[in-house]
Amino acid sequence: MSVAVAAGFSSQAFEQFLGGLREPEWSTDRRRQAWQRFAELPMPDRTDEEWKRTDLRAFAWERFGPPEPWGGAELPPALLREGVELGGQHTTANSRTLEAHLDRRWISQGVVFGDLEQASVDHSELIQKHLDRTVEWQADRFDAAREAFRSGGTLLYVPRGVVVDQPLHMFAALGPGGVDLSHTLVVLEDGAEATLLAETASLDSTADGLHCGAVELCLGRGSRLRYVHLQNWGRGVWHFARQEARLGGDASLQWTIGALGARLAKVNQQVRLDEPGAAAQVNGVMFTEGRQHLAYHTRQDHNAAHCHSDLLYKGALQDKSRIVWRGMIHVAPGAQKTDAYQRDDNLILSEAARADSIPGLEIQADDVRCSHGATIGRVDDELLFYAQTRGLSRKEATRMIVAGFFQQVFDRITIPSVQEALAEAIGRRVREYQPS
Amino acid sequence: MTDVLTISDLHVTVGGKAILRGVDLQIRRGEIHALMGPNGSGKSTLGLAIMGHPNYQVTQGRIDLNGVSLLELEPHLRARAGLFMAFQRPVSIPGVKMADFMRHAATNVRRPDRKEGEELLPMREFRKELRGKMEDLKMDPEFARRYVNDGFSGGEMKRAEILQMAMLRPKFAILDETDSGLDVDAVRLASLSIANIGHREMGLLIITHHDKLLENNTPDFTHVILGGRIVQTGGPELAVRLHNEGYDAIRASYPDAAQDEAAMNVETGTRDRDNGKFVAVQGE
Repeated sequence: MSVAVAAGFSSQAFEQFLGGLREPEWSTDRRRQAWQRFAELPMPDRTDEEWKRTDLRAFAWERFGPPEPWGGAELPPALLREGVELGGQHTTANSRTLEAHLDRRWISQGVVFGDLEQASVDHSELIQKHLDRTVEWQADRFDAAREAFRSGGTLLYVPRGVVVDQPLHMFAALGPGGVDLSHTLVVLEDGAEATLLAETASLDSTADGLHCGAVELCLGRGSRLRYVHLQNWGRGVWHFARQEARLGGDASLQWTIGALGARLAKVNQQVRLDEPGAAAQVNGVMFTEGRQHLAYHTRQDHNAAHCHSDLLYKGALQDKSRIVWRGMIHVAPGAQKTDAYQRDDNLILSEAARADSIPGLEIQADDVRCSHGATIGRVDDELLFYAQTRGLSRKEATRMIVAGFFQQVFDRITIPSVQEALAEAIGRRVREYQPS
Repeated sequence: MTDVLTISDLHVTVGGKAILRGVDLQIRRGEIHALMGPNGSGKSTLGLAIMGHPNYQVTQGRIDLNGVSLLELEPHLRARAGLFMAFQRPVSIPGVKMADFMRHAATNVRRPDRKEGEELLPMREFRKELRGKMEDLKMDPEFARRYVNDGFSGGEMKRAEILQMAMLRPKFAILDETDSGLDVDAVRLASLSIANIGHREMGLLIITHHDKLLENNTPDFTHVILGGRIVQTGGPELAVRLHNEGYDAIRASYPDAAQDEAAMNVETGTRDRDNGKFVAVQGE
């Protein structure tokens, strides 16, 4: 049970928060270190290359505090589980578990799926071994706050060789003014397989909210993971996230992110290919409107030879919204026969929208195949006219052109419910093309 | 009552430059009209202005369907009123399958009052109809699953335009150089296809340089456009004569229009490429 804490991210609030926890000592120690970091670190600003294009001046820590209990209101609707026979469900609200369920079939094979905080008590060694091994937890204030106040969160653990052939669903909801400081940890041991569909939503589409979170995917040798993360918070939510995957030899990851919500999002997404034969496909689907600002910094780290990575991001922007993408492929010395690709396409739906697309390569091996591409385009008037001469209204034509724009990335997403949910959600948002 | 499309004293400018300088033309449903003329004389402009292209400003004159002005209507409403144009060079829409595009199009044209988001034509019936039409046009069924005009050859694009005409069954159709860029066999196939769709159920305006497209679609009227005006109208024999002899005789008979034509082409920087003889060109 959570206890009421003082507002704000103050020392007093932190001590109260710790007092309400029952957890292993190692976890509390790490929280204290993180809290120390939080106190020491300055707020990032635009002189910092990492934050150059993302303005945080309107963000105030004082407006938020450690997660408050959910008031018991009905949850917002979930999109990704439509028509899917799930093997398990984990639902949180304001960073606290409301429901955790896993089919007996998977429990009997040693799979664990549910609350991470509880798991750090029940499976202390496992969590201590994996938590924060991949993900940065003290680089900036958002990392430190997340680690100090880590609450709820989700664990998926699949033992060696176990193939979970039913998708698992996790759903994180935020109430008005709510705070979510959750960490998602996925551990697939050698040869294990799973599909995890994660999504977030807000009860109120415009209310304030804060998410400082982490996603950590640990893939053992020869394991296979399909992970989908749909960020669909309300328009008032600040979203700060570090999302990292670490792949062992011959492991395979399909990682799809959908980004529709949030007032401002700053996400660092990283894939590390640590042993030969690992392969990662990264898909991104973004749609922004109003004054939304989404910044995605991606890294594909090739740390071993014979690995493959392929990133495709597509974003469509409406109104005065903005999407920033900075991509980096890094090939370490000795990572020969690397095959790496990154591409970011943007479709501008209004004169006032803006996309920044900055690909990057750092290659320290000499026998590699690496390439990148980035495009920023507008809805073409000739396409609109052509479709109109076939009886489609401008709005219908715009929708169709936008759907066509995303089709290439939808074609790569092998989970029908995810394709449909994204296509439907984007289709609903598209309005008529807005020239200046 | 027969449907009738009436163009009267139509003046059109593009980017402030006068292209059409008073075009008069009346097409009844069931008639076939050929429109011929040198490059840059305003043939495509007439088609695009009739369809309502936003860059083509009508500065004077009227376009009426059954006595009702179309000028205030957006292009999609003109399409729903029964107008169609087969483009000379249709644009591609990546990621949108031909079948999906045509299902939206056919639904809108057949149910002109449809609001966006309302039901489309039932999938099963639509597919059956589309398959049938594609068979008639000797098209590979795979075509329906390809993206609209994306990576199509010249011939495929033209056939795709004819297929859309067959599916939309317009009252009036403008065929803008549907024969350009095609080899002789492909033109013959296009010509036959247009006839087989039921050319006498529509009013056709066929813009062409050849007489081959007209072989199976004998025009009731042939119009010659020069310097943005229709200067002469005749029967099918006029089309043959123009194809064989070119436009010099026309220019000599209509010196004012010829002067306007020369001025227009100086402004656009294009050179008269079919001086006396037909020269195949891709566009204007």
